[in-house]
Amino acid sequence: MKAVHRINRRQLLASSAIVLLLGPRLAQAAVIKGALPWKPGAADPPPAVLPDGWHYFTQQEAATVEAFVDRLIPPEPQTPGGKDCGCAVFIDRQLAGPYGRNEAFYMAGPFQQGTKQQGPQSALTIAEQYRKALAAFDAACLKRFNGKAFVTLSDEQKDDVIKGLEDGSFKLDGFDGKEFFGQILKDTQNGFLADPIYGGNKDMAAWKMIGFPGAHYDYRDWIDRHNQRVTLPTVGINNHPNWTQ
Amino acid sequence: MPKSTALLIGLCGAALAVFPAAADGIDKQDFSQIERGRYLTVAGDCTACHTLPGSGRDFAGGRPIDTPFGQLIGPNITPDAETGIGAWTDDEFVNALTNGTGRNGQRLYPAMPYTYYTKLTRDDALAIRAYLNTLPAIHNPVEPNQLPFPFDIRASMLLWDQLFFTPGSFRPNPNKGADWNRGAYLAEGLTHCGMCHTPKNFLGGDRNGEYLRGYALQGWFAPDITNDTRRGLGGWSADEIAAYLKTGHNSTSAAAGLMAEMVNLSTSHLNDHDLQAIAVYLKDAPGNGTGGTLSQPAKPDEKVMAAGSAIYADECSGCHRSDGKGTDGLFPSLNGSPVVQQRDPTTLLHVVLRGVRSASTVGAPTAAAMPQFDWLLTDDQVAAVLTYIRNTWGNAAPPVSAAAAGNARHAFTERSD
Amino acid sequence: MARKLPRKDAVIIGLGWTGSILAHELTDAGLDVVAIERGPWRDTASDFPISYAQDEWRYRLQHELFLRPAQMTVTFRNNAGQTALPVRNWGAFMLGNGVGGAGVHWNAETFRFLPSDFVTRSHLTERYGANFLPEDMTVQDWGVTYDELEPHYDQFEYLCGTSGTAGNINGKIRDGGNPFEGARSRPYPTPAMKQGYGHALFAQAATELGYKPYPQPSGNLSQAYTNPLGVKLGQCTFCGFCEWFGCANYSKASPQTTILPVLLRKSNFEARTECEVMRINLDRAGKWATGVTYVDSSGEEWEQPADMVLLCAFQLFNVQLLLISGIGTPYDPQTGKGQIGRNFTHQTVSTAVGFFDKNKYNFNPFIGAGAIGMCIDEFNGDNFDHRDLGFVGGGYIGQVRTNGRPLESMAVPPGTPAWGAKWKQALRDNYLSSVICGAACHGSFYAYRDVYLDLDPTYKDRFSRPLMRMTIDFHDNELKMSAFLTDKYAEILQKMGASQVVKKPRQGPYDVTDYQTSHLCGGAIMGDNPGNSALNKYLQSWDVPNLFVQGASAFPQNAGYNPTDTVGALAYWSAAAIRSQYLKNPGPLVHA
Repeated sequence: MKAVHRINRRQLLASSAIVLLLGPRLAQAAVIKGALPWKPGAADPPPAVLPDGWHYFTQQEAATVEAFVDRLIPPEPQTPGGKDCGCAVFIDRQLAGPYGRNEAFYMAGPFQQGTKQQGPQSALTIAEQYRKALAAFDAACLKRFNGKAFVTLSDEQKDDVIKGLEDGSFKLDGFDGKEFFGQILKDTQNGFLADPIYGGNKDMAAWKMIGFPGAHYDYRDWIDRHNQRVTLPTVGINNHPNWTQ
Repeated sequence: MPKSTALLIGLCGAALAVFPAAADGIDKQDFSQIERGRYLTVAGDCTACHTLPGSGRDFAGGRPIDTPFGQLIGPNITPDAETGIGAWTDDEFVNALTNGTGRNGQRLYPAMPYTYYTKLTRDDALAIRAYLNTLPAIHNPVEPNQLPFPFDIRASMLLWDQLFFTPGSFRPNPNKGADWNRGAYLAEGLTHCGMCHTPKNFLGGDRNGEYLRGYALQGWFAPDITNDTRRGLGGWSADEIAAYLKTGHNSTSAAAGLMAEMVNLSTSHLNDHDLQAIAVYLKDAPGNGTGGTLSQPAKPDEKVMAAGSAIYADECSGCHRSDGKGTDGLFPSLNGSPVVQQRDPTTLLHVVLRGVRSASTVGAPTAAAMPQFDWLLTDDQVAAVLTYIRNTWGNAAPPVSAAAAGNARHAFTERSD
Repeated sequence: MARKLPRKDAVIIGLGWTGSILAHELTDAGLDVVAIERGPWRDTASDFPISYAQDEWRYRLQHELFLRPAQMTVTFRNNAGQTALPVRNWGAFMLGNGVGGAGVHWNAETFRFLPSDFVTRSHLTERYGANFLPEDMTVQDWGVTYDELEPHYDQFEYLCGTSGTAGNINGKIRDGGNPFEGARSRPYPTPAMKQGYGHALFAQAATELGYKPYPQPSGNLSQAYTNPLGVKLGQCTFCGFCEWFGCANYSKASPQTTILPVLLRKSNFEARTECEVMRINLDRAGKWATGVTYVDSSGEEWEQPADMVLLCAFQLFNVQLLLISGIGTPYDPQTGKGQIGRNFTHQTVSTAVGFFDKNKYNFNPFIGAGAIGMCIDEFNGDNFDHRDLGFVGGGYIGQVRTNGRPLESMAVPPGTPAWGAKWKQALRDNYLSSVICGAACHGSFYAYRDVYLDLDPTYKDRFSRPLMRMTIDFHDNELKMSAFLTDKYAEILQKMGASQVVKKPRQGPYDVTDYQTSHLCGGAIMGDNPGNSALNKYLQSWDVPNLFVQGASAFPQNAGYNPTDTVGALAYWSAAAIRSQYLKNPGPLVHA
């Protein structure tokens, strides 16, 4: 009895539309011909961030960043602050991934600073910049506050430091404080308002705060209801409390 | 398909309105016989089992066929004398098609639909032979029998045939019109609808008294296509059936998976007259809530329905709409859909867990696809949303359990479609 | 050493909008066509499904559907006195990639240009005199007229199922449409979109101020539609994740939803993805294209011979490939000679933010679509008298707010700190009641001697080819125009009932980090003779007659509208000339 590889007929049908790696000709090109391809299992959702420790930050860096984001977006009775919303977690996971590695960036040299209009030109990745900046920031705080780390300062003192970074009066050794401030502010806001699947915006707190119903797709029942509050439940990509009654 | 072929089919359609009383035997020079044979070969969807997709070697065999008993491989039916059927006599060929016997009296496995092709007239069988004779002879040795012991013993088919095979060509019903008879000749014969749509017993034979009531195979559930208003084609007109077979789509439904392949390889190439005939035949079949299913499906759990409703609103209504009616020719209607209300939810589970692309034909090229949801929905959630869809807008069908969803999920990951 | 492949009748570089249109037209004419696409295959259910397409971080901020600068980018400087530096991450524009190109993630704003836009120089000269235009402004006439393009505008709009209200049908002005538009031969294929609260309020205020607002023509369809190819589209659901995103429910016109299902069925068409064209090959005399050389994802080089070459890449890369392949003469801004790289333009956009009383106004900004909105054309093109204004050009003004995606909707009133408790509160108070349109004023960008493209001397792509260098800055003309339009928009916002309006007119210098539409144009412009253009009126290269260069690279200057409708119309116009004239007799179609 002739042994035949057990190929499923569906697989064969699907593969007639995409020819991959068949023979020396046209290898390494996805050739598409004859039909719209269909490949099962093509879904590529963002991997959900899990509470499994820090992936990029050291404990010390994480503590500093958590304290920092909690002043950028302070807690108040209605809505948690940056820390409890997971902004530091968001930043940590992003820095550990393609974002932190500047994977999408053009990172060939030569590197030189240009005008503001020419945009960032650093040879360091964003993750490397954070590491460098946080070290300089911690050192600057120790120096300014006689050995007290940023995380131990009072809220007013923290705010003063951050204001100093913002206006350039609080200088970091070897790093542009204003640039660091701009980056961490942007990333904190990103973490605050992005889909909670990325680790921030915990329980969609930020979305609920502003009145954004989240990852819905169909507002046909609402387009004509001008100036009326939309009463849809707030949902995220994989965050649907309304699915469990 | 090139325009010239479509034209030829159209011409032949006119000639096929009644059973041709041509002379017995094959005339190699007879173009119209060969062309009729080609058309009938398409109607029989022979290529689906006898051609390995992507091989470019039509009818040379080699295609694995999954059966509940193991795997078979479609043999080579090109005219190659050594590895194909070139050396077969016409009688041997006709016997294979209509009696289930190979050369030397060897029994064929009913994966070869001889139980349906038996309806063929000798003329039509010979026309198919005439067409196959014109194909390039391709040397490709195939051992069809890959079944495990004891199913690999062909002789056991003798008993099977005794139980489940009634040989004999089609006898027209004098009380029905020409259209019905043509439709019956095709549907009960060459297009072998019952092969997939009739439930089977544990020996793989058609279950008595349940003709066309639906059957689960290869990760899908071929639905009930009797005239049951809820679960069958009762709500479709003959035109809708014909449109579906011709284009893979009609105003409420889309062919996908195995049926999309069937439409693409076979029914979309049949002429309008034959499609109408099949539709007339199907519309004449009985079916109104009879036949082994729950007459009153159990009332689904309120909590499940509430969860299902919420999931539906967030993930499904963007295409299928909050009223379930979808969009004509693009997103199937779930509201009143027979596919949704089958007793066996395998197709629904397949579509929701794995996604699928709908059929693409000349008449309906869009081929919208359903995305997969297995990464997002738990078994409970799949069960909830399917139960919701099956019991809303006037639909009524047994709830889907989380266990069923889990089993299907596991079974599907072992599939590559 | 490149391995040679069997010859094809036509090779298409890039399978976006124009690549798909040309592929369909040429295969219809019986040609054996191969399309070579740098990026991946893209399809609705596998790449932008309803379960995760609505992800602002991934698609809007991380640009996941776009070309990665790591794969290809450009360098930028404001003027020749600076060293151009790489655009290391996108800012001012975002470039498409993959099958469908930018057609996958565009807004679907589908405006025609005005008849006068096609004869910019002669029209302005006639009306205002030859001395009215700045000396260094290099605008010119297109070589094709609106009337010639009208049937092809119609063809593209009916391909897409564009939703709109016609303003001028065969010369008869219709209520509710744009009274300034060029005459169209028939109504839009589907009715205009429904509008949200902010959009409707704008229309009301504009009407009260004496303007004639009209619904933005939209490729987000108002109802299900079957196009002339038999392909079906669905109804837009106002998800608010449109531009930058793929559409999950087949309701945004794209190559995927209008052409590819039919194109892929054709046995004479083949697409090769993940393959980058290195250069267009020419014969020994340099006057005839012999095909292309491309590299696959393993780095293997292939030569694809073909009888004709269709360059259908994005504007910047059309110009780059022409220069790298040695086609035409590179532009020299000193001498003004050379056609390839000159008349490079972008778009002059600006806005004003309106803050409204949160107790009275709720705009539900998240109910949106890429091309929803109400516009006025009173200040577009030369629809108004420029004599005493000190500038030429104009643009539409509209409440064209597409979305309420949180990270793009963080406008807070001036004086609000950038962080802290007050910032948080301001965000809470203003999200639902502010009007933030990125490009409410969508102005023209005319061409100048010192705004151009050439090959960068220093920076290279991963194949060691020079990057495209942009030398671009704003001129007074555009900045004055922008201030003017912004003032008009601010007035309307005021009339809508805004408590506070913050004007943001466009300021120089041109900033490559600030998003201002991806409507880059020019560099391989069309015209009526080889002395003033790279292409003739059929988009055929003057230098290499079996090469046609599609896209906005052909625009001699940019008008006050989004470019895609015009890009589509030109593609159909060019395809018609190829089918009816070129294929019968390959060679130059215009003898200048």
